[in-house]
Amino acid sequence: MTTTSTAHRAPVVAAPGLFTAAWIIAGRTIGSWRSQLGAVVIVWLFPVFVTLLFLGLFGGALQVPEGTTYVDFLIPGMLAVTMLFGLETTTLTAAADAARGVNDRFRTFPINAASIVLGRCMADTISSLVSLAAMVTFGLLIGWRTALSPGSALAAIALLLLLRFSLLWIGLYVGYGASVESVAYVQVLVWPIAFFSSVFVNPASMPAWLGTIAEFNPVSATATAVRELLGETAWPTISVAGEFALGLALIWPLLLTATFLPLKARRFRNGGQ
Amino acid sequence: MKAVIEAEAVGKTYGRGDGEVGLHRLSLELEQGRVLALLGPNGAGKTTAVRGLSTLLRFDRGNARVAGYDVSAQPKQVRQRIALVGQSAAVDEQLTAIQNLVLFARLRGLDRSAAMRRAQELTGQFGLTEAATRAVQGFSGGMRRRLDVAASMIVRPHVLFVDEPTTGLDPAARRDLWRALRSLVADGTAILLTTQYLEEADSLADDIILLDRGYAVAQGSADHLKSMVGPPVIQLHFQDEADAHRAIPLLQDVDPSATLDDTRTTITLHAEAENLTRSVQVLAGIVLPTEVTMRKPSLDEVFLTLTGHDTQAAEEKSA
Repeated sequence: MTTTSTAHRAPVVAAPGLFTAAWIIAGRTIGSWRSQLGAVVIVWLFPVFVTLLFLGLFGGALQVPEGTTYVDFLIPGMLAVTMLFGLETTTLTAAADAARGVNDRFRTFPINAASIVLGRCMADTISSLVSLAAMVTFGLLIGWRTALSPGSALAAIALLLLLRFSLLWIGLYVGYGASVESVAYVQVLVWPIAFFSSVFVNPASMPAWLGTIAEFNPVSATATAVRELLGETAWPTISVAGEFALGLALIWPLLLTATFLPLKARRFRNGGQ
Repeated sequence: MKAVIEAEAVGKTYGRGDGEVGLHRLSLELEQGRVLALLGPNGAGKTTAVRGLSTLLRFDRGNARVAGYDVSAQPKQVRQRIALVGQSAAVDEQLTAIQNLVLFARLRGLDRSAAMRRAQELTGQFGLTEAATRAVQGFSGGMRRRLDVAASMIVRPHVLFVDEPTTGLDPAARRDLWRALRSLVADGTAILLTTQYLEEADSLADDIILLDRGYAVAQGSADHLKSMVGPPVIQLHFQDEADAHRAIPLLQDVDPSATLDDTRTTITLHAEAENLTRSVQVLAGIVLPTEVTMRKPSLDEVFLTLTGHDTQAAEEKSA
């Protein structure tokens, strides 16, 4: 073996800063999309498929308030569900990285350990934004009528991304905890969380106890808040959670982040993944 | 020679209260350009030692300095001077070999063009030139592992940690990887290696620490460890017990320590050239062995002698 010109005994160059390193790590995920485009596109379009399914199943059967349609009800809710589905992506990729020792390698680099998580965060946010854009485009194509103003649209996107951000920490905590079983739990749990919400049917039409639980669901809070921001016709609510959905759409993600971010950080410090 | 790792009674206990002990108290020293192997079955504490020394976990007792810096107080300085090749190939399956190396090079602080140059040099150096632009998912286990080692050499480290480098590799791929690791050592890189394979430790390491359930049970060169279970011997195998009985008094004249072993057909003598030639002389025309073998005590026997159980049994217990 020859010792080549650029081969040095460390250290010769300063390691990249927090954001540069995070962007390089995000670039790794984004670069891998190109070579598995088919699979990635299916993940991005998955919320659209689910929407089609529910429109076909329930579209004609559900009672909707005067002057609105099931499409108008469903699309904003599906935007929130799109964020929830992102949890699976985060958990799966985090578990795969942990199992392959990718994180261990990154963590022996002289970069800020936070950049590893931040990079994951950037890549997953971009992925969710693409999925969101697909959902909105599809909604408009099938006749979603919405009173969009730039301000309310931005506020709605901010709320959706806030939910996505909080789910990221659950995904990283569970995924880097890294038993294959725990990943499977997340994949199964996503469904009841999506169903027992205000996304597909109005909780007011459920038995009172179930409807109340559904309205307290973080996904419902974001779904209802997005509907309000986009000026959809208000539906009857049954609990205080339904009344103050906008506030809850802020409180829930902050609460989830405040719980799972420190858990994740503590595990990281103690030498776990 | 400069010590690149100095560890003094480091250890780690997992869990709370009377938790499981990963590593009791391990002391070791590694000098520049040398290879130290931590040898033992699963659950012996090898990976705990490597994770601690490579700053991935904190030891809860003892002190360790790597490349001159304290692992718990100055992890960043340590990280600038080490590289880790973990148990599984930590490369991205969907990216090509070059893309993987460029990614790691940029995280080490090289700019785009320097990263690309270094990636190309490394694919050449590790025999991956032809596969350089193919996605890693089509790579064999051996190619993956070589890419993994290449990724750890972007900036040549003072210490390279290699955790079970050839687990799951076929013999040819294993020899290729050994050759790659030896050439790094020839360049002056110190390697701390963990392995379950006695042959691997024997072949690569200058010094071996034998670990069993968190305890260092022996330390020294492969030859030193082998001498702990006795010297090499010549074995003469005979057709049957009758032949062996006729041979034993003749052979005891050659070497008074000649003994008939449990099989009743094999006689063991000290491995000296003179013993071999004289044995042939005294036996000629009277009784001839069917086979003559030379046996050096293997590290397996060392392990068995020192721990009272073999590597397999230890593995089953820890599983």
